[in-house]
Amino acid sequence: MNKYWIILMITAGSFTSGYTQTYVSKNGMIRFYSEASLEKIEAVNRQVNTALMSTTGDFVFRVLIKSFNFEKAMMQEHFNENYLESDKYPEATFVGKITNIRDINFTKEGSYPADVEGKLTIHGQTQPIKQNGTLEIKNDAVTAKAKFSILLADYRISIPNTVVNNISKSIEITVEVMMSKLNK
Amino acid sequence: MKINIRMVFLLLLVFPLLVPAQDSLMNLLKDKKLPVNYAEATFKTSRIVIGQSIENPASGNLLVMITHHFGALNTGYENLFGLKQSAVRIGMEYGLTKRLAIGFGLNTDRNTWDGFLKYKVLRQKSGGKKFPFSLSLFANTAIYTTKWENPDRKNYFTSRISYCFQALIARKFGSRFSLQITPSMVHKNLVPTAADHNDIFALGGGGRIKISNRVSINAEYHHIFTGQVVSSKIYDSFSTGVDIETGGHVFQIFLTNSMGENEEGFLANTTGRWNKGDIFLGFNITRIFTIIEPKSFRE
Repeated sequence: MNKYWIILMITAGSFTSGYTQTYVSKNGMIRFYSEASLEKIEAVNRQVNTALMSTTGDFVFRVLIKSFNFEKAMMQEHFNENYLESDKYPEATFVGKITNIRDINFTKEGSYPADVEGKLTIHGQTQPIKQNGTLEIKNDAVTAKAKFSILLADYRISIPNTVVNNISKSIEITVEVMMSKLNK
Repeated sequence: MKINIRMVFLLLLVFPLLVPAQDSLMNLLKDKKLPVNYAEATFKTSRIVIGQSIENPASGNLLVMITHHFGALNTGYENLFGLKQSAVRIGMEYGLTKRLAIGFGLNTDRNTWDGFLKYKVLRQKSGGKKFPFSLSLFANTAIYTTKWENPDRKNYFTSRISYCFQALIARKFGSRFSLQITPSMVHKNLVPTAADHNDIFALGGGGRIKISNRVSINAEYHHIFTGQVVSSKIYDSFSTGVDIETGGHVFQIFLTNSMGENEEGFLANTTGRWNKGDIFLGFNITRIFTIIEPKSFRE
């Protein structure tokens, strides 16, 4: 009896760990864009860290604020110094889940809609967020794509009155990260 | 015993489910090496008040600066407390690389043209690599172009030229407070008398305290060692003012006892005294234009 238990446990254990796959990226891209009457603001970060667990759908992002590049160096300085205060809040994070992970077949190539839910932290402020994106499975890699908007006020990013017409109150964010299997 | 072994395996099986998966995923993303964090915006612009700060325009950026000093406040109502006089410098600076900037200016004081180079030798950094301060080197040449004061004697073009060399050593303490030490040397090709030194040494510095993200209070002082300028009475330069950043511009509004707007002017030629009311109201207006976009921005 004892022997069977052990065999059963080992089989079950190895089955679970073999099935679980973590996908990671260290050079994902996040681009943001806003357009107001006077000023177009656009920045890109190509050093986005992400990890996704294929069984549970757990999905996390970690972004260094100082890694955002702007068209105008002065905008970048103001972004870090005045708006995001990157010395005080050096990173933005997302901690959440793909809620429909059961519908995504990681062994079959294709594009799957993904419902993402979790907590987004920017400028030290955490807000619940729920967005739709896609997961593309191809050649053992997973590419996550999403496009959504956030309100600056939700993250206590204040715009001074003198430039209130230059800066849009909402920012459009585009995410594109290609993740590969960890340790393989 | 039998039960214990079963329990162990059962625990091993469910253990992965007990660890919060998202936390361990997040730990996976922590960099093994800390990123290098360079101190940025130690000062808002390339001047602390009237003298150079360690800041350069970013690579590919053109900085245009208009400097204006009114006359002395103690000249009375007849002179509208200095409003009737002015000294102006119009200058441009361009970031050739991340570290090297070139600049020039035209001063109304004796129609002086100045040109300079400023190079960031060391940069303050924290995180993966650490260094406690930033160091820039500055060198300029100034040429005055008004008519000779003594046209009767033999005059040489080189007599019009002076130079200034500075080491700018600065540290940003947190996000609000920055301090700079500035040793300077001015070399004048021609001085009025044999007793005057051609090389004039000064030790100065300055700092700023941010009172909001966009406004700071700044002060700057330069001490001239005695016995170097003998034929005229000159004093240490002290200036204090505010920086106001409005998005596109930086406005610096200040009070100073120096009428001179280039290094030779305020280091080796400050004739005003604060306690006598020889105080000049002045401002710098700085605007930055992006000439070449950074490559990393586009694919």
